[in-house]
Formats: sequence, structure tokens, C-alpha cells
Amino acid sequence: MLYREAGQFKTSYAADQSLFPIAQDKWGVVLLLAVALFAVPFMASEYMLSSILIPFLVFSLAAIGLNILTGYCGQLSLGTGGFMACGAFFAYKLTTAFPEVHIVVVFLLSGFGTALVGILFGIPSLRIKGFYLAVATLAAQFFLIWVFNKFGWWTNYSPSGVISAPPREVVPGVVVTGASGTPEAKYVFLLVFVAILALLAKNLVRSRIGRSWMAIRDMDIAAEIIGIRPMFAKLSAFAVSSFFIGIAGALWAFCYTGSVEALAFEINRSFQVLFMIIIGGLGSIMGSFMGAAFIVLLPLVLNNGMLWIDPTISVALVAHIEFMIFGALIVFFLIVEPHGLARLWQLAKEKLRLWPFPY
Amino acid sequence: MNLRTIAIWAVSVPLVIAALGFFHQALAAAGWIAFFTWPFYFEVILNGLLQGVMYSLVALGFVLIFKASGIFNFAQGSLVLFAALTMVGLIEMGLPWPLAFVATAVVMVGVAIAVERVVLRPLVNQPHIILFMATIGIFYFMDGFGQTLWGSDVKVLDIGIPKDPIFILGGVFEGGLLVQSFDVIAALCGALLVAVLAVFFQYTRIGRALRAVADDHQAALSVGIPLKTIWAIVWSVAGIVALVAGIMWGGKLGVQFTLALIALKALPVLILGGFTSIPGAIIGGLIIGAGEQVAENFVGAAIGGAIQDWFAYMLAMVFLLFRPQGLFGEKIIERV
Repeated sequence: MLYREAGQFKTSYAADQSLFPIAQDKWGVVLLLAVALFAVPFMASEYMLSSILIPFLVFSLAAIGLNILTGYCGQLSLGTGGFMACGAFFAYKLTTAFPEVHIVVVFLLSGFGTALVGILFGIPSLRIKGFYLAVATLAAQFFLIWVFNKFGWWTNYSPSGVISAPPREVVPGVVVTGASGTPEAKYVFLLVFVAILALLAKNLVRSRIGRSWMAIRDMDIAAEIIGIRPMFAKLSAFAVSSFFIGIAGALWAFCYTGSVEALAFEINRSFQVLFMIIIGGLGSIMGSFMGAAFIVLLPLVLNNGMLWIDPTISVALVAHIEFMIFGALIVFFLIVEPHGLARLWQLAKEKLRLWPFPY
Repeated sequence: MNLRTIAIWAVSVPLVIAALGFFHQALAAAGWIAFFTWPFYFEVILNGLLQGVMYSLVALGFVLIFKASGIFNFAQGSLVLFAALTMVGLIEMGLPWPLAFVATAVVMVGVAIAVERVVLRPLVNQPHIILFMATIGIFYFMDGFGQTLWGSDVKVLDIGIPKDPIFILGGVFEGGLLVQSFDVIAALCGALLVAVLAVFFQYTRIGRALRAVADDHQAALSVGIPLKTIWAIVWSVAGIVALVAGIMWGGKLGVQFTLALIALKALPVLILGGFTSIPGAIIGGLIIGAGEQVAENFVGAAIGGAIQDWFAYMLAMVFLLFRPQGLFGEKIIERV
């Protein structure tokens, strides 16, 4: 009834190709953003903001990054954690060396730095593919974490190796990083930042370069034959993906946990982000958000659910059962809906268009 | 492998070892690394090789499944952990270890059949990468399942293998070379396992069927080989290999969560050896084991240590750039 495009005529190709061709979609997104921006910071509790919404936004950005590489370009990567660590440490070094530089510029620069590292570790993808490449990206994961752990230069020779993110202002008077920023300020900053980057990603994947990534994913030899340069396509996917993942890592350390440590970016982080894009939907920006929400919320729901059933249950057991359910869900999703939550959402929209009539 | 390949290996391996030795000696002479002596160098290599056999044990499980079904089974590591946990759990319940071994083997066969039924059968004909990600799901599930069942404390797995240091080749080097008797026995068990598998593959009816399936699924089906049974068998064999690996690693390090991550080390071994070759898994394991120990003990000590965390992966990555199919893998031919 409400969700019907009857009567919405397009008079130009540009209108036909617009981001949200259906008016209800456009207004829905605008409304969602408006609520998230103007209502949520005043209504949500501090717990809600700092342990659900902020990690959700950070993970969404990381998932978008990995989705560009794995979902759009078909290059499986297990090095997400390493690249996130890159972004975090680059941002820390930059902002401590040049405290006067604006923090957004620092984040973007650390993203570009991570992109360079990504290109370096993407070079093997020119020769190898599939799980061979996955193993090669494991090299990135372990090597980068080792570098940040081993050399005191990255932590400015802090004796404990755990350093807190310095407070930085985004506009005068509003601190958005470190422990002294309020959750509300961090949340609004992250929301705007992530929304802009997501818009960028969405437009990138439907542009010429995005189409060349998808051609490589679908069949690289065929893509090469029709004139797509595999080297450029693959390395650019690595670069753009690492850019997003690097910024996500910097945001993780600066806005979410408030401390920069390599331990937070171990191999499990890589798997976590990979699960987000599998569950959310490979090759979908929307799916990245859905997957991130799912993976952030699931442990909380499971935890509380199990504590509700049996209040004496041990923390370790909860963690193990969580692992089991994670694993089972991955297999379940791959079998039942390999395209993830994004596909389910699409199917729901198809149904909604006809509702309440059968056809 | 024909005679020519064997001859090439017989000549090149000692040459590479000697060249690496001289390289490190030169580095020590230049003052880049702290110290170098030839007996120590050989001791490190020997211990690395023994360590490498342990990696090969894990890698074998990967190769078996990859050969038969084209699935890259990421869950092998968690199978190792699960097998070791089950075995320890049964021993703690009072079973003597040979009985516990048999019981665990039965459990692993059960797991294999369950995996085939629940995960692989619905995913037939999916792209390999989907299957790979499904095995990551199995990895997480088995990890959580084993620890839910048996707890997550570090457990001691002792089936009576002596752990004394022994000295060998005392006549050649002053004082001899120090090795752990446990490592030697583990290596012998590994060699035995490989021999048994080789005979199994070469001379039994099931072995022939396995090789046929590995060659071509459709052709195998059309001559009447039951694909599903074969897959269950392969996963069972891989499960039992995981059990042996679990006993060896568990005996060496104690049964704990990190066992599942050690299996990650088997990945570069596979890449080096080629996914489809059992001798490749062994030789890859030896190269990674020895290379890692040499790097850690000589170069690693100079730049801060713990480089064995990533050395194997880097070695594999650089190697892949030059030879994507691995040392013994089949040549990759692609068609549009």
C-alpha cells in the first residue's frame, strides 16, 4: 500500500540511475538518518551509545571495506585485523607527531597510508587467487601485528605497550576521541563520518571501477579478455578496501575503545568482519550494515538470554556456546541464503510492493 | 616422482643448507647476528625438521580432503583440538589410552559423517570459496563445541612417550646434537602414518576409489563409485589423522585452545608443498619447520625475536609469487 512506485515516472537516464529510484526508499533513508542524528543522541542511554551504536558504526565501516574486496572484487582476505591495526597506529603516530592537524585529516591520511600497505600485500593477488590468496593475506595479518607489537616506535616507547588515544576536537570545544569525549559527541561524529564514507563506497561500486571489480569477481579471465586490466582492478580494490578498513581501525582505537593496542586486532577480528559480510550479504553495502548490526547484537542477546535461563552459568561457557552458535549460523546462512540478510531485505521489499494484495 | 626429481633434490637440498649456513656465518662475521657455530646450526636445522614433521601431520589432513573433494578444509585445526580434547577427556574418565584412542577415533568418524550430512551435502555444486567459508563456520563450531564439552583448561596428555633430551652424532660434533626424544618419536609416528596412508591409497579398493574421485567427480560417479560414502570416508581418515596430530601436539604443548591456531601454520606448509600432494605436505612441512627455526634462532634474535609468528606465511607468500601451484602441485590450467 505505502510502498508502491506507481505514478513515479522517470524522464531522464540520470533519474533512472539515481541511488534510490523509488521515492519511498529515499524518504525512508532520510528519515532514518534524521532520527539517528537528531533523536537518538538525546534518547539513547550511555550504554546503548558506547557499547552498541558506536561499535556498530565502526564495524560497518570495516565491513564495507572488506565487502569491497571480497564481495565486489572476489579476493578473499583474512588480513582485516592487520589493516585495522595499520590505520590505528598510523593515526596515533600522525596525531602525536602533528597535534595541530585536524583529526579528520589524520584519519583520512591514515586511511591512505593503509591503502599503500594494502597495495603491497595485494601484489600476490595478481598471481594467485581463492584460498591461496587467503593464506597470503594471513601473512599480512601476522606480520603487521608483529611489527606493531615489536617496535616501540609505534607506541612512542610506552612501557606497557597499551596507549590511550589522545583527546582531539572535531569542532572547537567538542572532543570526539579518547576517554574524555562524551558518547553523544563520538556517536554523532561517527554517524556523519561513516554515512559520508558509505555514500562514497556506494557510488564507487556502481561506477566504472566498481563494475570492473565485479567483472573480475565473476570471472577474471573473461574480464581480462574484454579489456579490463586485472592488475589495476585488483590493486585498486585492495587500496580502496584497505582505505576503509584503515579508517575503521583508527576509529575503533580513537572513538570506541579509546586505547591503541595491537591485541585488539588479532586474527579473530578478521574472522569477525568476514562473518559480518557473509551474514550481511557479499557484494552489498546495505548488507555490510546489517551484518555489522547482527554480529554486534548477537553476543549481547546470547549473553543475556543464557544468563536469563541460568543465572549461574560461567562466563567461559557462554563464550564457547557463542562460538558454536556463530559457527552454526555461518553454515546455516551459507546453505539457506548465500546472499545474506541483504537478499532477505530485498525479498521483503518485493513482497511489500504488492502488499496487501497477492499480486 | 621419478629418479630425476629425486636426484635434483638430493643434490640441491645439501647445497641450500650449506649455502644458508655460509650466509649466516658471513652475517655473524659482519657482526649482524650475534653468533654462529656449525654444530648449533645443524642442531637448529635438525630440531626444525622434527618440528616440521609435526606441521606435516596437520597438513596431511588438509591434503586428504582437498584431494578427494576439492574442499579447502579450514576446520582441520579445530578437528585436531577436538580430537585431543576428547582423548584427554576419556583418559580422565579412567579409560586406558589405547581404548581412549579407539573411542576417540570412533567419535571422529561420527563427526566426519555429521559434517558430510549437515554441511557438505547441501552445499554440493557451490563455488569453492563458499565451501571454504562454510569450513570456517565448522572451525568455530567445533572449537566452541569441544570446549563446551570438555572445558577450556590446559590439560596434560601423557600416553607414556618419554620426553628426555638425547644427544646424537656425538662422534661428528663435539658434545653431540641435542634433540628431544619426544620429537623423534613423534616424527617416527608421522612417518609411519604417511607410509600407512600411502599403502592405503595405493593398494586398497577404497584407496583406488578415493583416487578416482580426486581425479574426476563425474567420471567416478559414472563408473559406480558412491561419492557420498567416499566423502564420509575421507573426512573420517582426516579425522583420524587429526587425532594423531592432536596427540603429538597435545603431548608436546598440552591440550589447549592454541592447538587450533597451530593448525594455521599448516597453511603455508600446504602452499609450499602444493594442495594436492602428500609428499608435498611432508617436504613443505620440513622446509617450513627448518626455515622457521633457522630464521628465529639466527636472524630473529638480531631483530627482536618472535619472527616465527609470521615467517612461515611470508615464506609461503613470496614462494607463491614465483610458483603459484606449489612445489609438487598440479599445474593450474584455466579455461574460460
